[in-house]
Amino acid sequence: MLSCAARLVRAQIQSKPTACWVVATRGYADIVDEATFTTSEYALHKLDEGPSQTVTVTRDDALKYYRQMQTIRRMETAAGNLYKSKVIRGFCHLYSGQEACAVGMEAALTPNDHVITAYRAHGWTYTRGVPPVNILAELTGRKTGVAKGKGGSMHMYGHNFYGGNGIVGAQVPLGAGIALALKYTGSNDVCVALYGDGAANQGQVFETYNIAKLWDLPCIFVCENNGYGMGTAVERASANTEYYTRGDYVPGLRADGMDVLAVREATRFAAEWCRSGKGPMLLEVATYRYHGHSMSDPGTTYRPREEIQEMRKTRDPITGLRERLISVNLATAEEMKQIDLDVRAEIDKAVEQAKADPELPVEEMYNDIFVDEPPFKVRGTNPFMYGISK
Amino acid sequence: MAALQTLARRCSTSILKRHFSVSSPVAAQMTVRDALNTAMNEEMKRDESVFLLGEEVAEYDGAYKVSRGLWRKYGDKRVMDTPITEMGFAGIAVGSAMAGLKPICEFMTFNFSMQAIDQVINSAAKTYYMSAGKQTVPIVFRGPNGAAAGVAAQHSQCFAAWYGHCPGLKVVSPYSSEDAKGLLKSAIRDPNPVVCMENELMYGTAFEMSDEAMSEEFLVPIGKAKIEREGTHCTLVSHSKSVGLCLEAAQILEKENIFCEVINLRTIRPMDEETLINSVKKTNHLVTVEGGWPQFGVGAEIVAKVMESDAFDYLDAPVYRVTGADIPMPYAATLERATLPGTQDVVLTVKKSLHIQ
Repeated sequence: MLSCAARLVRAQIQSKPTACWVVATRGYADIVDEATFTTSEYALHKLDEGPSQTVTVTRDDALKYYRQMQTIRRMETAAGNLYKSKVIRGFCHLYSGQEACAVGMEAALTPNDHVITAYRAHGWTYTRGVPPVNILAELTGRKTGVAKGKGGSMHMYGHNFYGGNGIVGAQVPLGAGIALALKYTGSNDVCVALYGDGAANQGQVFETYNIAKLWDLPCIFVCENNGYGMGTAVERASANTEYYTRGDYVPGLRADGMDVLAVREATRFAAEWCRSGKGPMLLEVATYRYHGHSMSDPGTTYRPREEIQEMRKTRDPITGLRERLISVNLATAEEMKQIDLDVRAEIDKAVEQAKADPELPVEEMYNDIFVDEPPFKVRGTNPFMYGISK
Repeated sequence: MAALQTLARRCSTSILKRHFSVSSPVAAQMTVRDALNTAMNEEMKRDESVFLLGEEVAEYDGAYKVSRGLWRKYGDKRVMDTPITEMGFAGIAVGSAMAGLKPICEFMTFNFSMQAIDQVINSAAKTYYMSAGKQTVPIVFRGPNGAAAGVAAQHSQCFAAWYGHCPGLKVVSPYSSEDAKGLLKSAIRDPNPVVCMENELMYGTAFEMSDEAMSEEFLVPIGKAKIEREGTHCTLVSHSKSVGLCLEAAQILEKENIFCEVINLRTIRPMDEETLINSVKKTNHLVTVEGGWPQFGVGAEIVAKVMESDAFDYLDAPVYRVTGADIPMPYAATLERATLPGTQDVVLTVKKSLHIQ
């Protein structure tokens, strides 16, 4: 019993096999600088034309995407292991399987664009520029964590990155608000506001579509549809599972979220739309998560193991990119193997630091309540204990 | 319609019952409404990133006319009418603050803020802490709070206790025009999330404004209470409209040679404990007065603070609370009157505290 999105993702290989051919010039070396591929079709809503199915990528970019996706995969695997050994506590929502979404989108954005997402945020925190060691140290609650250990898994922030948000759907109006600020200040940048298939039914999301469309806000709404809102498959949660159409008057499109180049192309299209002042756009990326909703969910009571195994085997975004690159000599298996080893070493080292670094001293728990405030007394857990907030 | 009737009623009674906190021969007069309007106008003029959004704030001139003239002056970019979608527009306001603007988010009344309360608490109040100081949220949420007149249960709740409960928020509750102007200006300039709870019934009330209060740089500090009237026998502490009630009660009690000290909290959070404690040490008696419900309310918090402080040893009677009745607000006029505290409640409670009668 495959979920709707899983069926969708699977259908994309069955309907149109990814053809690929070499376009760039061949020199005396075997490796080429650039190659062109065909993505699967994009579904369009209230759009006359969509992103191009013909995508070109340079060798440097391709290797960068590969490295980034592999880094996220390794980092999330490490986080899973740290959680199992109880070094990470509370909530931990892993992004494994969805790497192409963050990496592909980031490839079409600049650091001057803005991003806000929900709680499955570790991958995005990384693509927005936070080093893995500071992400892992935040997960282990240490003072070298990106939020000094005070935020945890769901509350990591970076430059033009607004987290990491724990309340389902709340980040969507926030994202439109960021877009409002961009328009207000005359900026050419856009805000990408991500949410999942579960959050897509939230009332505040529709309230946001309404205002974003009325006010022409430069906001790309992205639905990362991984087929399940926690343990509820999309067809059991949504009367309409075509999430790219749910914006009604907001034009939308759906892309294959397991294909990093398709995601990049779709994002490029959406960003151009928003930057040109045409208002918001809705981008649905059909993707899949290998792990459960969070670390407390095995992820197998509501979906068949065979489905997960099949996704890993046939639709993995990292394997998919690797095979593409090798098939057209954009990169060799050896150099990608080297990237794998480098990434593994980097993450292993980060894990060691994340385990070894100390937590904040307890007195510092009273800090960061207000900004620009002279030091003030904060009550502790009994009437005789006060901290000073600085 | 109800708002207009209230306005008319207030105008007529204010002529009879003027609330003076400063007596000066050539002082200017300003209504609370105009004070709030002036505050927003001055701050929008001063800082390009300040803007106002909410239902009916632009073309309607504000549901209670607090934003009258602002849209005509500043246009669509700075004064934005929103659809009736509190959760959505409050979230948008918070997001714009995260990205560096300084929004004033108006709730037509704070009753409707309940629909958006997640954005106020989880997105605004907690973010600076969760991000360990990386992400600021310089937003003001403002609007009328508490009971109005004849608007019944769903439109009469006081949210001082709910917002005052949360670390990361500043919560102010002005009484006079000076309070309103100075606190709202401070709130707008404050880089932290501030909830500014006004009172609809006070909008039309005129107060004297000193020259200082009329200046464009006039600010009332957040976190500092004001002693409206000095006294020796009993301390009355209150916020918002109930401060007026305390002043009336103090005048009545004065005729019986009972002199009350009236403290206007001005700020609910952070509350000015020092002023409270010093006053209790002086008078040895404390009565809290508020329009909101008794359980887990502002008065309840004051009682706890005083109990745990060294002012406890100075008390000659328990701290008593005068509050709204512990019921949803009824509509019928007699019942509504009986639901809200009146001067007789304050006078009676002060006398009980002083063991008189």
